Amino acid sequence: MDFPRPLPVPTPTTEPFWNGLAEGQVRLQQCDDCDAWVFYPRSHCNACLSPNLTWKTVSGKGTIYSFTVARRPTAPQFADDIPQLIAVIELNEGVRLNSVMVNIDPTALAVGLAVKPVFHRQDGSTLLYFEPD
Amino acid sequence: MGLQGRAAITGVADFKNERKYTGKRKFYTEQWAELTQLAITDAGLSKQDIDGLCCASIPESSMFAPATIAEYLGLRVNFAEMVDLGGASSVSMIWRAAAAIELGLCEAVVCAAPGLPIPSNPNPPRRDPTRLFGSVSANWGSPQTEFDVPYGNVAQNAGYALIAQRYAATYGYDERALAKIAADQRTNAQGNPNAVFYGQPITIDDVLQSKMIADPLHILEIVMPCAGGCAVVVVSDRLAKKCRHRPVHITGCGEHLTTRSVTYAEDMTVTPVGPAAASAFRMSGKSPRDIDVLEAYDCYTITVLLTIEDSGFCNKGEGIAFVNENDLTFAGSFPVNTHGGQLGAGQAAGMAGGMSQPVEGVRQIMGRAEGRQVPHCDTALVTGTGGIMSEQSAIILEGA
Repeated sequence: MDFPRPLPVPTPTTEPFWNGLAEGQVRLQQCDDCDAWVFYPRSHCNACLSPNLTWKTVSGKGTIYSFTVARRPTAPQFADDIPQLIAVIELNEGVRLNSVMVNIDPTALAVGLAVKPVFHRQDGSTLLYFEPD
Repeated sequence: MGLQGRAAITGVADFKNERKYTGKRKFYTEQWAELTQLAITDAGLSKQDIDGLCCASIPESSMFAPATIAEYLGLRVNFAEMVDLGGASSVSMIWRAAAAIELGLCEAVVCAAPGLPIPSNPNPPRRDPTRLFGSVSANWGSPQTEFDVPYGNVAQNAGYALIAQRYAATYGYDERALAKIAADQRTNAQGNPNAVFYGQPITIDDVLQSKMIADPLHILEIVMPCAGGCAVVVVSDRLAKKCRHRPVHITGCGEHLTTRSVTYAEDMTVTPVGPAAASAFRMSGKSPRDIDVLEAYDCYTITVLLTIEDSGFCNKGEGIAFVNENDLTFAGSFPVNTHGGQLGAGQAAGMAGGMSQPVEGVRQIMGRAEGRQVPHCDTALVTGTGGIMSEQSAIILEGA
């Protein structure tokens, strides 16, 4: 059976983030009231629940917070990607996100490694991958 | 404030864990009836005594699960709760039952977790295989669907591997210590004929030579899914006097959760069981020194390590030394998961895996743990873990 890749279907709230990636930019929400950076995109700040969030373009640079090398597919849809280099990235603004590392040997993966964004286009979507900076 | 220890578990029941279940398939309502009947018989109670129930979701009915179960069993209950805390549900059911009893709402609450296969549907609903990601939601609008799934961070293995890798970078790692948790628990399973790995001891080297699934987790550090199911009956002090076994009082409890996806945890290596266990200890007036057995939810070896640290049995970052210095078997210096845990006995489907830990704690305190009995066992800490360290709960059990 063929398993198509699961791709994000943006919501009205998250659309600016995904549109930013399509344009080669990383956009995050920042709270006007408490200055917290917010990820994933939300209707309200998850630090203070203010509804006053403003989209800002950031560098997208950060470090590897943690990673794993999945030697078995985490779901059948990822069978062609083995080994999957799954990483949690901490952006310089302090927020964390799920991602995939590319352009790196699995043995070079390390917590704390500096990374920069790769705008990975797939079937009409753009995902935020990372590579060594 | 808090629990006064005026509710006790007086009966338990479980199905034998089996990797390849060949028995009759049963709906969850049917398993609820069977487990309830077994548990109240074990306690020495009758159906008329039951006036409360705590369940997890049941496949037959996506809503109204408690009423469906009450109707099927013919129960009249004054307290009903469906707990949605993943692998922490069972422990959380038990403290809710104890709290409801202490409030005077009810006197005998069945908490059950079926996990045998249900009959094959002659008219199976159409399922979209492209949208099944284990316990991770695939519904539009769910943050998991949008920000976990497209990157392949789905199901459990990757999430727990991320935690272990972060732990390794922060505190250092000794893969032999993690493997020892699996090996010691497997030794415990040799005293439990209901364990799927009964008759199959393993060594640390066996664990380290097993397949790497998601670095640094080997397959023998990950639970084996199986069929099974368990239940407990929680009763008031008044009813406990009528029961056949040593009552096992619930003297403390706690629960904590902050994130569904561990990616967003404030610190991946500091787990919610910390505040949960602290609450349970505070309420019971006990400290980690007083604990005779730790029945810790063990989906992975790293879960056990972090539960030992964050519950306060050793300092943060010293769990590896603690595991290396202690014998975790039922005969050892610090008995953990004396039935083998889910790593050694199997993780029964549904929420049943997480009910095996309280059932074992009760058996130990009742003195009914047969070939794996810990001598003079009076006090247990039992923990539950749901999601990817998303939610954890803890209870203190004490023999009267």
